[in-house]
Amino acid sequence: MNNNVLITVLSFIGLILLQVIICSNINFLGDLNPYVYVIFILLYPVTNNRLVFIFLSFLLGLSIDIFLDSGGIHAAACVAIAYIRPLFLKFSFGAAYDYQAIKFSNTDFIQRLIYFLMLIIIHHFILFSLVLFDENKIALIIEQALYSSIFTLIICLLLSSLFSKKEA
Amino acid sequence: MQQLFNFFIKNKTFVLFLLLFSYALSLTIQSHEYHRSKFINSSNQITGSVYGTFHGITQYFNLKQENQLLLEENSILKMMVFSHEDLDPFDSLLEFKYDLHPSLVYKNSYALPNNYLTLNKGRNDSIKEDFGVITSKGIVGIIDATSKNYSRVLSILNTNSRINVKLKKTNYFGILSWDGKSPEITQLKDVQDLVKLSIGDTIVTSGYSSTFPSNIPVGSIDSYRLNDTEDLYIIDVKLFNDMRNLEHVYIIENTDLNELRALNLSDE
Repeated sequence: MNNNVLITVLSFIGLILLQVIICSNINFLGDLNPYVYVIFILLYPVTNNRLVFIFLSFLLGLSIDIFLDSGGIHAAACVAIAYIRPLFLKFSFGAAYDYQAIKFSNTDFIQRLIYFLMLIIIHHFILFSLVLFDENKIALIIEQALYSSIFTLIICLLLSSLFSKKEA
Repeated sequence: MQQLFNFFIKNKTFVLFLLLFSYALSLTIQSHEYHRSKFINSSNQITGSVYGTFHGITQYFNLKQENQLLLEENSILKMMVFSHEDLDPFDSLLEFKYDLHPSLVYKNSYALPNNYLTLNKGRNDSIKEDFGVITSKGIVGIIDATSKNYSRVLSILNTNSRINVKLKKTNYFGILSWDGKSPEITQLKDVQDLVKLSIGDTIVTSGYSSTFPSNIPVGSIDSYRLNDTEDLYIIDVKLFNDMRNLEHVYIIENTDLNELRALNLSDE
């Protein structure tokens, strides 16, 4: 149990640093950045205590906002996907979720891909709607959200397979 | 009452979500207004020291380029000194109207519609809000939040930024703002249609505000067109500064500021 808390705290801090020091300065093709910190929300252990989880997600987003001077956009997007996460867990992993027995490292790759993709797209869509904050730029919002999503997805998949402990 | 409590307990997840989400939204809306995003900003101790630590590593990446820039600036200044032999820049009796504080850029962004920079000078170095920030090539922005050791700059690449500038040739002035698209091009508005423009004309600061001295280079005219009512120009200004690559900047302190403020107060 203590081990889990330690891992959570370390990954929380590590992901914030990774995001603000490296990932927000990539600016691939002009303005594309991956938002890899969402992997914290994606891979947070499935628990009954959703209040703590939502609050942690909020803190994560807010920390990123403070570093990047972006108001509250990351916090809003994080809270939103943290709240709707169970829906997508159920959709992607089906029966396993009902028994609260998901170990992300043991899941099927395709299932994980679908789960990541959906939550990342929603996160990025909320994020860029708030960044641009203009209903006339809906095409630009979708375009930027989509491209960044692909970027984030690739890096999240790489990270998750890099740090997953295969339990034989 | 009992039922109300029961409702909250039953839906506590949703209530928490709603609470945090609306708080985040209100922060976002505040950040879209000029001078309102005071609370959430990167010029505090923690973020400043984190950026500072990693800046120690990344500053080596473009050291060569920075040295070149400083050398160029030095040679221009030397040329100016040599052509005014009667002026001794190290004369201690000379009074300067502006103080320049050299500073390092700890964090820079240019890909968002609202960009800010974080600098490594703060209140302890007598940096205050509304001081201007420039490089040797042109303007960067205006300080909009300070902490003890760090300060945040509202970049000219921020849709909230408004800076008074003029055409160097004809002295007609207008407001420089940014449309959030290219980090190389900003927009100059409110120039009357009777002014003669040509592509390549230099834009400089007007000196009408106390933030920037006059005649600091800003950029050159890239293209221009008339606005919808066809009485004012919208001019695309190509910046002299490469806003994507900033390292050494100067913070301008107007030493007459207090006197100017006192004068304005007595006017009212």
